[in-house]
Amino acid sequence: MADRPLPITSLLKIPDSGDPFLEGFKCKSCNAISLKPRLACAKCGSRDTVEPHRLSNKGTLHAYSIIFRAFPGIDVPFVSAVADLEGGGTIKTNLIGVDPDPEKIELGMDIQVVYEIASRKDAEGNEYLAYFIKPAA
Amino acid sequence: MGSEDVYIVGIDMIKFGKFPDRSIATLGAEAALLALDDAGITINEIEALYSGNLMMASAMVGQQIQKEIGQTGIPVVNCANACATGATALREGWTAIKAGLYDTVLAVGVEKLAGVGMLGGGGANKTGISPEGVLGSGAMPCVFAEAGMAHSREYGTTFEQFAQISVKNHHHSTMNPKARYQIETPLDVVMNSEMISYPNTKLMCSANVDGSAAAVLMSEKKMRERGLSSQAVKIRASILTTDPWTDRDEVMPDISTCTRNAAAQAYEMAGIGPQDLDLVELHDCFATAEVLHYENLGLCADGEAGKLIDEKTTWLGGRIPVNLSGGLLSKGHPIGATGIANVYEIATHLRGGAGKRQAEGARIGLAHVIGLGTCCGIHILEGPSN
Repeated sequence: MADRPLPITSLLKIPDSGDPFLEGFKCKSCNAISLKPRLACAKCGSRDTVEPHRLSNKGTLHAYSIIFRAFPGIDVPFVSAVADLEGGGTIKTNLIGVDPDPEKIELGMDIQVVYEIASRKDAEGNEYLAYFIKPAA
Repeated sequence: MGSEDVYIVGIDMIKFGKFPDRSIATLGAEAALLALDDAGITINEIEALYSGNLMMASAMVGQQIQKEIGQTGIPVVNCANACATGATALREGWTAIKAGLYDTVLAVGVEKLAGVGMLGGGGANKTGISPEGVLGSGAMPCVFAEAGMAHSREYGTTFEQFAQISVKNHHHSTMNPKARYQIETPLDVVMNSEMISYPNTKLMCSANVDGSAAAVLMSEKKMRERGLSSQAVKIRASILTTDPWTDRDEVMPDISTCTRNAAAQAYEMAGIGPQDLDLVELHDCFATAEVLHYENLGLCADGEAGKLIDEKTTWLGGRIPVNLSGGLLSKGHPIGATGIANVYEIATHLRGGAGKRQAEGARIGLAHVIGLGTCCGIHILEGPSN
């Protein structure tokens, strides 16, 4: 078992010292910002132009849905949300720190990315660090 | 582009439903035989078979169907393209006739989907933990709910307006004997049914059903030789697009850009505009999706979909009726069959045979499907002139 939390996806980087952060990719040729490493830029097709690119922890809420029925083993309700980050990049994750109620969730509101341990562990008991969004302080 | 036009000379579907005791092959074969009968030809005249099925894509479903209806040794192509699978199979047939390879082909779409539950998301990672419910949701009701909420953000579209889509399509299905359900569902019933993924309630999610549909396609020359012009529906446009890069596509599948691109290409190929359409069957996999596609297909200006709903413009009798079949919401959504069943609905109206739900005087119609992942198929059809 790992002696410290593992990143939930490769988008999340956990440095030996300092705060965790999200690292996507940026194409030097067309400036497209993406979340996954590809063999060539998905936007312009250029090769060898895509480099790691640190994403902002600030952004705005673009869309959401409140999930009341999920697959077995997943706690409901929760808010699935899409957020546009400052400087580019769009992420999807749970919106936390707000009631799962459309009256309480404002589309377009400022959000911040926060990093917390996910509630589930893997079969070996490893903990995972995840990224969430919540309304900006 | 080949010069010869392609026609649908026979087309049909089975009543969608739940058939636990039927094989995928016999379901597909039943629609195939109905389409052959509608065309008045036999399997011996079919030069190639294009089969659409998603959930058993490795099972050679086309060949299984062939063994039920006549194993003539013709080429069979098995197609899988998510929810655009049926439209893709039909289009492969169209392409082959356009290319001059064949004069007469059969396209079949079939799926067994009754009782499979929610699709998308939920899968475990190879290592680590499933991100479902942690990093949002990849389940289909959520994906399309988020797409609807992006429309809400821009234009203020309301939960009630989304729900009205489902009221309309369920109403239309009461007049379609081949729909899975024929039940009036008033607004309060739709809005108060189980909330699955806000703003989509259970009655705003497409019905997982078993079903099949099939079409016989012919070159113009062959169609005239056979004297089938009084029943032949002309394919004025057949378009397939995929999702081009857009900034949010990696986390929010972009169903709009590929539809807009397909619509523009289809209108250009047909030499018409959206104002020339008499009816539309579009991909209402969730009520929220239909709202977006009003604008994506140019049925109204951007931002006016809500007005179209409020004014009942897309109901039977309105300026541009949409999903007179009952749509995926109530007719049902057997994935591989959907893209041919939509074309069947349009063709039936263009032939004047849609009974109580007939779009009066319909001459030109459009059938649209989306396959998440993502692709869009559009067919524009013109009815017999007599």
